[in-house]
Amino acid sequence: MLALESLSIVQGGFRLSADLTIRDGARVAVMGPSGAGKSTLIGAVAGFVPLASGVIRWNDSRIDGLPPARRPLSILFQDHNLLPHLSVFDNVALGLNPDLRLSTVERASVLRALAETGLDGLETRKPAQLSGGQISRAGLARVLLRARPLMLLDEPFAALGPALKATMLDLVGRIARETGATLLMITHDPADALRLCDQTLLVADGRAHAPAPTRALLDDPPPALKAYLG
Amino acid sequence: MRWHAEPRLIKPAAALVAAVLVLLNLGALAAVLWRADGEATLQPADWVALRFTVVQAALSALVSVVLAVPVARALARRRFPGRRLLIALMGAPFILPVLVAIAGLLAVLGRNGMVNDALAALGLDRVSLYGLQGVVLAHVFFNLPLSVRLLLQGWARIPAEHLRLAQALGFGARARFRLIEMPMLTRIAPGALAAVFLICLTSFAVALMLGGGPAATTLELAIYQAFRFDFDLGRAALLALVQAGVGLVALGVLGFVRLPATRQAGLDRLAPAPPGGLARVLDLLAISMAATFLLVPLGVVIARGLPHLADLPASVWAAAGRSLGVAALSTLLLAGFTVALTLAGLRRRWPEGLGMAALVASPLVIGTGLFIVLNPLVAPSTVALPVTALVNAAMALPFALRATLPPARQTEADFARLSAALGLSPGAHLRLILWPRLRAPLGFALGLGAALSIGDLGVIVLFGQTGTETLPLAMQRLMGAYRSEAAQGVAVLLLALALGTFVLVERLIGGRDAGA
Repeated sequence: MLALESLSIVQGGFRLSADLTIRDGARVAVMGPSGAGKSTLIGAVAGFVPLASGVIRWNDSRIDGLPPARRPLSILFQDHNLLPHLSVFDNVALGLNPDLRLSTVERASVLRALAETGLDGLETRKPAQLSGGQISRAGLARVLLRARPLMLLDEPFAALGPALKATMLDLVGRIARETGATLLMITHDPADALRLCDQTLLVADGRAHAPAPTRALLDDPPPALKAYLG
Repeated sequence: MRWHAEPRLIKPAAALVAAVLVLLNLGALAAVLWRADGEATLQPADWVALRFTVVQAALSALVSVVLAVPVARALARRRFPGRRLLIALMGAPFILPVLVAIAGLLAVLGRNGMVNDALAALGLDRVSLYGLQGVVLAHVFFNLPLSVRLLLQGWARIPAEHLRLAQALGFGARARFRLIEMPMLTRIAPGALAAVFLICLTSFAVALMLGGGPAATTLELAIYQAFRFDFDLGRAALLALVQAGVGLVALGVLGFVRLPATRQAGLDRLAPAPPGGLARVLDLLAISMAATFLLVPLGVVIARGLPHLADLPASVWAAAGRSLGVAALSTLLLAGFTVALTLAGLRRRWPEGLGMAALVASPLVIGTGLFIVLNPLVAPSTVALPVTALVNAAMALPFALRATLPPARQTEADFARLSAALGLSPGAHLRLILWPRLRAPLGFALGLGAALSIGDLGVIVLFGQTGTETLPLAMQRLMGAYRSEAAQGVAVLLLALALGTFVLVERLIGGRDAGA
């Protein structure tokens, strides 16, 4: 269980507070107007945004003091998820061993993760030689390989077309199911939330609200979400 | 925001580099101040030198930038075979040893050069390459290409839409210049003028070879003369103080003017077809005249020097060996300085300011200061080569930092979060993220530093004696002794070494694809 207890983030004039829990294995969409603080919230959980006060717990142990890599999570950013000068194989292998010195067993598991995300045969390519969908797959292959219990997605598929995005969301769902991970995913599109996430967490008016069932929330949105959805 | 602990070594290393640079600059100035506190006073000739320094730098800047306008415009809008090569060659004067260029200019425009021989054959008076016109001409030779490259940036940044708009609205040449090109030039040209002005302000080798005499002496040259001919350390120190003051004022000016970037991008965007007719003829003229001006002197030097390469005296080869040693040491120092300040500069602002501060004291000022400090301790000639290497590294540092810091900061902005999320160790971060992104600019910067060091004729003239001369000093002495055939042979050797070390270092550090 992920618990954000009396969380408060202050950046200049911007403030965001949160006091909520997310149960194990939940799939939570994070929605809200631009600039409301969705990325800030995810960044705080990942360890990139400092807390003004409050506590983040994962299964009853505090994680808010840990450096990003020591937290029990994998994160995908909007872009710059792959290093352009490394091959697809190395980019994915970074998730297993950041020094890129792999044992035979580790090499095999990298190849397996590539195969499971539909990238077999592309391991020697550089990111520049990949399509947008393949770049997303490579990022997801690394998430799969790391198999951390919490997956954070900061809109990594925003630049993909609708059909491709749907494919990627299904892949995310499969990976979350295989690894048993809890998912937090920022999205602008209610259809994404409906497709993948049983719950939705609204960030608006300086507050991250507790997750609510997605369908119910979208059918009867509170004023802030209603204004955003139009 | 930073999520990585900075490796512990970086801060002390950067502090050490900072201490060396500050000591080199301020220490030299302090030594000079201490020594100047004597009987010595500035003579009227010294004020003439100050005026000449400023006037020649201003004229050089003005002529270079004004001439660069039609050349840059022609290169920006015409497509022809060899265009890329020509633009690349415009970067070559950076690594061209000053003496080689001067030898070329003398071969074409000197007293017994091709042009004067032609004038004489026509029964006309010979023109002189010495004095103000010679100094300015040589500076234009070096800085016209630089100005062209800077202005090309400006043309490359004019949105293609504006050019299409100009065509759609039926602008004539005059309206296009006034409404589209002129606004760009008023933004770019001041930076180009300032850059050339600053470079020419500390000109020494050009003034040494083509200037001289009461009417054409720069401050740097006056320092050298007070030092070498009168051994009047007090006066040399006073002059060094004036030169440092000029440098300080110039650095202040630099604070107001934005120096344009030298990188080029987007030169091959789709723009509407350029105007034909007269404009076409003028463009052709601008390009061919610039190419002639830049290429013919070098071609002549190479053609005349090659036959003499085989019978160069042994002392020249020894000097070449010393020059390579100096360049190697200088490049190592530069690499250390650059890496330490770049890594430290990822999270602070002061390293680049410090790198620029190396411009306050000119090479001859630093040389004079070091001489004053070292003279009571050791025979100056015994430290001539290490001192030259150190000063060369300090002088190349601002350029190196300008090449490495922006991509380093960009890389950090793009990938520091990823690195933190994956838990890369500082070593892995350096090896997997920073090094692959920085080796190309670092290779370029170090190659440039190596070539500059090979071709440098500066502080060595204060320290060097027979037995410790570098290749440029050997060449200068041959030219001074009117042994022009041997000098031309040395010029070819010097050119080959400068180009060779540039390419070697760039490829070695930058990897196979560097410069491609």
